[in-house]
Amino acid sequence: MKKLIAFSMVLAILASCSDNKSSDYNTDGNANKAVSTDSPDVKKEDKTAETNPAYDPHRGEGKFTKVELGATLDAAKAEGGKKVYDVKCGACHKLTEEKLVGPGWSGVTSRHSPEWIMNFITNTDEMINKDPKAQAQLEICLVRMPNQNLSDDDARNLLEFMRKNDGVK
Amino acid sequence: MKSKKSYAIFLAGLALLVCINSCKPKNVGSAVSGDAAAKTYVAPGKYDEYYNFVSGGFSGQMSVYGLPSGRLLKVVPIFSVNPENGWGYSEETKAMLNTSHGFIPWDDQHHLDLSQTNGEIDGRWIFANANNTPRVARVDLTTFHTSEILELPNSAGNHSSPFITENTEYVVAGTRFSVPPDDSNGDVPINTYKQNFKGTISFISVDKTSGNMDIAFQLQCPAVNFDLSHAGKGVSSGWFFFSCYNTEQANTLLEVNASKRDKDFIMAVNWKKAAELIAAGKGRKQAVKYASNRYNEKTHTATSTIKTEVTVMDVKDFPGLVYFIPCPKSPHGCDVNPTGEYIVGSGKLAALIPVFSFDKITKAIADKAFAGEYEGIPVIKYEAALYGEVKKPGLGPLHTEFDDKGNAYTTMFVSSEVVKWNVKDLKVLDRVPTYYSPGHLMIPGGDSRKPTGKYLVAYNKITKDRFLPTGPELAQSAQLFDISGDKMQLVLDYPTIGEPHYAQAVAASVIRDKSVKFFKIEDNNNAYSSKGEGTAKVVREGNKVHVYMTAIRSHLTPDNIEGIRVGDEVYFHLTNIEQDWDVPHGFAVKGAANAELLIMPGETSTLKWIPDRVGMFPFYCTDFCSALHQEMSGYARVSPAGSNVALSFSTGTNQPKSDSIPAGQPVAAAK
Repeated sequence: MKKLIAFSMVLAILASCSDNKSSDYNTDGNANKAVSTDSPDVKKEDKTAETNPAYDPHRGEGKFTKVELGATLDAAKAEGGKKVYDVKCGACHKLTEEKLVGPGWSGVTSRHSPEWIMNFITNTDEMINKDPKAQAQLEICLVRMPNQNLSDDDARNLLEFMRKNDGVK
Repeated sequence: MKSKKSYAIFLAGLALLVCINSCKPKNVGSAVSGDAAAKTYVAPGKYDEYYNFVSGGFSGQMSVYGLPSGRLLKVVPIFSVNPENGWGYSEETKAMLNTSHGFIPWDDQHHLDLSQTNGEIDGRWIFANANNTPRVARVDLTTFHTSEILELPNSAGNHSSPFITENTEYVVAGTRFSVPPDDSNGDVPINTYKQNFKGTISFISVDKTSGNMDIAFQLQCPAVNFDLSHAGKGVSSGWFFFSCYNTEQANTLLEVNASKRDKDFIMAVNWKKAAELIAAGKGRKQAVKYASNRYNEKTHTATSTIKTEVTVMDVKDFPGLVYFIPCPKSPHGCDVNPTGEYIVGSGKLAALIPVFSFDKITKAIADKAFAGEYEGIPVIKYEAALYGEVKKPGLGPLHTEFDDKGNAYTTMFVSSEVVKWNVKDLKVLDRVPTYYSPGHLMIPGGDSRKPTGKYLVAYNKITKDRFLPTGPELAQSAQLFDISGDKMQLVLDYPTIGEPHYAQAVAASVIRDKSVKFFKIEDNNNAYSSKGEGTAKVVREGNKVHVYMTAIRSHLTPDNIEGIRVGDEVYFHLTNIEQDWDVPHGFAVKGAANAELLIMPGETSTLKWIPDRVGMFPFYCTDFCSALHQEMSGYARVSPAGSNVALSFSTGTNQPKSDSIPAGQPVAAAK
């Protein structure tokens, strides 16, 4: 009995120590957070099930919960998005259906919700760790999309540029 | 008979054993207690408490360790080229190592000083000296990158440097070797040292915002060897103290001839007064030549400017500026306690440590309690400046640091120990052996107004048997002591880079959160940057070929280049267009007679390549960046001089003729 108590205490300690915080590294000197690496992490799916039962694959994970889209194209935003694309995206994504390093962007706005797209752009690492569609894509591309550190406005403009690319007038 | 003989051998052996034991300072078993490992254990994924910056000595670089683990975090290249990341090899960084003598790929880096505000470490910059070709560098602690290197005229052997004033108003640089001034004829007999040689101290101003350094003024002093220095603080704010040896003014066999006098000097400089005199237009403009090299973080490019004038004051012409204080036997360390009341001179050949009182020095000056003059400079009477002496501290005192409890710690080179003593009553409190022969020692904040009292690191000159042998050449070593209790406790040994001299340390929190993770591509103003793959190109200008190339996981654009000819100079301008932390790309090309590039996200860096023969030259990313890293490569085709192969470049489009494509192979369409 004594042994059992001791054993369960050890278990309790272990459990409390492995509390999986998703806070930023640096804040408490704990560098355990998953940092962008290119090794496909096979354990990530289990972790998602444990820590994120309410994961919404439609919206993705990140700060954007509701993105309002206009009925027609916002040309100024799309133009801003094109500039971002030229510097930060075009090296890996073509505007056709063709995969280069990452998938081609043609049709991307019908494959994913606007919220999912903007969350993926701005919260890339966490999305790759959690989102089934992103993980499926990683198995095809084998390169984790780098977080290119876009501002919220950059991301919204880029979404508009994707819509333009998908034929929104 | 036989047994008698073997008994004698046994006795002799026993005697030998006893002798060996008694000759060793102390064995490891008795020096390290059981909880040492726990005191230095930093669990995987956890951070150290302190950043520890350690001079590299003859490596010319600065290493950064974590304390208490002793883990090496980074080596920052400063005065020596570093093929590992292209420092001194890339076109952008070559200018950092320019001097009035031209490009110099190496130096001897001895001392470091962290910038301070109100006498406390502020974590903005760290300054480093170059001993051989006199220079001072400033390293930015947001990027851990050398931002500036300033050459010093009228100097030779910049040893007494780069110590700072308590608000980083000035960095000082005192010459170890006195030499004829740069604007005089240096072609004189060596044995005219006394007539023709001068010792120069430079005061380098530091811009409060940018950190930019300039030589504010120089003090021309009598020809001696300036060794070390520290600024006054608190009550002694406005003063600077320099240790001097070779007051014998010997020019040969210094080992003997510079060790004759019973006392050399600590030189006290009223730098506030000097600054006022300079502001009032005093001093002589002297024609000199020195390099001022600055690195611009927006263009990722260094610029070297040769400057031609410096303002010099001959200290004997300005009474009240400088005083000599006699200090026993070739003083080395010159250290000021946290309150600024006491100045500790460590006479390396003395059997005691003199402690001078700033109050008494001020009073002696007011009372003109002088013993005479040295080369026109008043010499204060020893007893008039002395607070007291630490008696029998050990042999060969070198350097002193301070804790937060009023104690001082001095390294003893000859007797291989650190000695703890109380600054007020000058009593020795504890001594602990080091392995072996410590030079400098360091307590985090130990030369500031706010020292800490937890750790002390001794930097040992001799390693001998402390680690597995590696042939005749051994790494030097650092030893970490826990000084939180009454007794110092050795808790860790670790090998170091180069030869560590002085070091600094500060709580990790002062620096950690300001660390830059990548450079914003939008802010990249390098003249040859490619902001986006669409801007990658190859341009010929006469025999110069400029390749504007981008790197992102996991391809280079362009990756097929044709039309380069033997006789061309090719410049690969690599822009890493990643915008995330810890995604550098490397770049190397076969036959390049320099080094690789290591390009941080958002940075542009240039490698010059002069192809020496016709053929096919692969280039590739050298830093394992992704699962497809081995695919991150390309070819440069080199044709003979005068060839008519057209200049062309591409990525993904230079496909085989359609009839030669094997069935089933995917073809990337043209962009």
